[in-house]
Amino acid sequence: MKTKMNKTTKNNFVTYGIVILLFVIVQTLSATGNLSRLLTGLLVPLCVYTIAAVSLNLVVGFSGELSLGHAGFMCVGAYSSALFSHMTADALPSVPRFILAILVGAVVAGIFGILIGIPVLRLRGDYLAIVTLAFGEIIKNLINILYVGVDANGIHVATTSAGFKLAAGGKKIMKGALGISGTSALYKDIKGQFFLIGVILVLLTLFIVQNLVNSRSGRAIMSTRDNRIAAESVGINVTKYKLLAFTVSAALAGVAGVLYAHNLSMLKVSVFDYNMSILILVYVVLGGIGNLRGSMIAAIILYALPELLRGFANYRMLIYAIVLIVMMLFNWAPAARNWRSRMVEKFKGGKMKKEAA
Amino acid sequence: MSFISYLKDGISLGSIYAIIALGYTMVYGIAKMLNFAHGDVIMVGAFVILTAITKAGLPPAAAILISVVFCTVLGIVIEKIAYRPLRKASSNLAVLITAIGVSYLLQNLALLIFGADAKSFVTVIDVPSVSLFGGQLVIKGITIVTIVVSVIIMVALTFFVQKTKPGRAMQAVSEDRDAAQLMGVNVNATISLTFAIGSGLAAIAGLLLCSAYPTLTPYTGAMPGIKAFVAAVFGGIGSIPGAMVGGILLGVIEIFGKAYISSQVADAIVFAVLIIVLLVKPTGLFGKNIQEKV
Repeated sequence: MKTKMNKTTKNNFVTYGIVILLFVIVQTLSATGNLSRLLTGLLVPLCVYTIAAVSLNLVVGFSGELSLGHAGFMCVGAYSSALFSHMTADALPSVPRFILAILVGAVVAGIFGILIGIPVLRLRGDYLAIVTLAFGEIIKNLINILYVGVDANGIHVATTSAGFKLAAGGKKIMKGALGISGTSALYKDIKGQFFLIGVILVLLTLFIVQNLVNSRSGRAIMSTRDNRIAAESVGINVTKYKLLAFTVSAALAGVAGVLYAHNLSMLKVSVFDYNMSILILVYVVLGGIGNLRGSMIAAIILYALPELLRGFANYRMLIYAIVLIVMMLFNWAPAARNWRSRMVEKFKGGKMKKEAA
Repeated sequence: MSFISYLKDGISLGSIYAIIALGYTMVYGIAKMLNFAHGDVIMVGAFVILTAITKAGLPPAAAILISVVFCTVLGIVIEKIAYRPLRKASSNLAVLITAIGVSYLLQNLALLIFGADAKSFVTVIDVPSVSLFGGQLVIKGITIVTIVVSVIIMVALTFFVQKTKPGRAMQAVSEDRDAAQLMGVNVNATISLTFAIGSGLAAIAGLLLCSAYPTLTPYTGAMPGIKAFVAAVFGGIGSIPGAMVGGILLGVIEIFGKAYISSQVADAIVFAVLIIVLLVKPTGLFGKNIQEKV
């Protein structure tokens, strides 16, 4: 038992080590001026998608439910935190404000996770997938018509541009389809450190998810995935543990949304569509369902790939699509798996035979 | 009178969703996979018709035929190359992601060949409008054609699945694939046939969709594809009458939502209705309730 625990802990530290190593490499490259502008611009979004993929893996990999609405939770986290940042822009210095904004984004997304999870988790399989997709689209649609502003009389909320009137000196924050602008400008003094903050948040996400997964609750979550009826019969409250995984995942997606929103000068709701949810799901599946390190690495490689292929202009998404299909076939097709294990045996042939004997 | 006018618009749009949803639901029922690339086959079908008419100068009937054949072959090829190797994979998600990859592939191929700018679709179906109640209600020719075509497809498909040998093979495969194989059903051929029919229907859906809303981009198929998927789930995925009813209801709700509430939240209303239906009846309107056994 003891050695097993040590193995898990060691495994966790290897994952943190990879993140820190990557961070150090990137910082060294950046300090010596070897990092192109394009790559520098990619760093924070990479952290965003890594957090999103790791948190989605909690739902898809560990509780075994297919969610296609992850972008919806990112959207909620992004908008709630950006609103908070704008409202408290004059009241708080930027560091505590950003920490609070992260908490606001996580809590609001987590609340949405509970609200959506309670009805949705009664459904199974593909039905659950379509309902989460529907929730993502509803959230996107509603935020698209929401106008929020502050003036001397307090906070104003409207659903049409015409009905959105503020007293003189008021500040329009959310402008419907135009979204929220100027969020990153509120954090001029710490803008340069966003990559560092992003890496810390990635580590925090990994810490939360890895510890949850290896805890008593985590084992309960996995048991509901492996056999729902068997789990119920040994007294595990299936709904409770599925909801726990769903909510934690939503809250962490909210954190990813916060980072996303604050890194942009212009936040528009249209980016949080089902394509984004699917993109995150692709990272999870390609990285390995239930493998957190895999999600992280897949997110980094697959997010960077289309950007690095910019030289191929119009062909880049085509190449991306082909790479995706080929990788899926190579990774998952039983025929390809057999071929791979035969190859592995061939290379390690002698050694394997000795072990078998 | 505006109510009836909206209703007929809704039924017309819903009929298109229904035809797309039939493809989704058949593939799901038999191959147990969500074919995310289905919406993009619609777009391919529409581009084939447009090219055949404007570039090759073919008559509309020949163009439609070419498009249906092209999409049918495309469906079979996609299934064979991308989905069949993964049929026995340990996770259902693998084939879902591959379908997404195929969807990206079709969109980006179309983007490379035809460009990103919206093309206006040619008039293929030329049927005069019908004027009722002394001109108070005008029904466009395309609306009539859409509804008639979808009813014909529905009846023909039901007949095919219930009465013919390959149709019954499909039922057998959807019920229990291994048992069907033991009974001498060629599972691979049956699944290929399903994809062929579904993709052929997608070509017809593409024609109707682009005749009713005549702009065409590489992304035209994506949203109707998702809506049709919703319609299929709404009616109970795997059920042919369910796809038809789900599609039409979805179209009517969407048009009413746009007309009476707000055009910006019409999609949200559609999805909200879906969620309510699923919460009350978790397998959709016509879905079979399968008891889980240990």
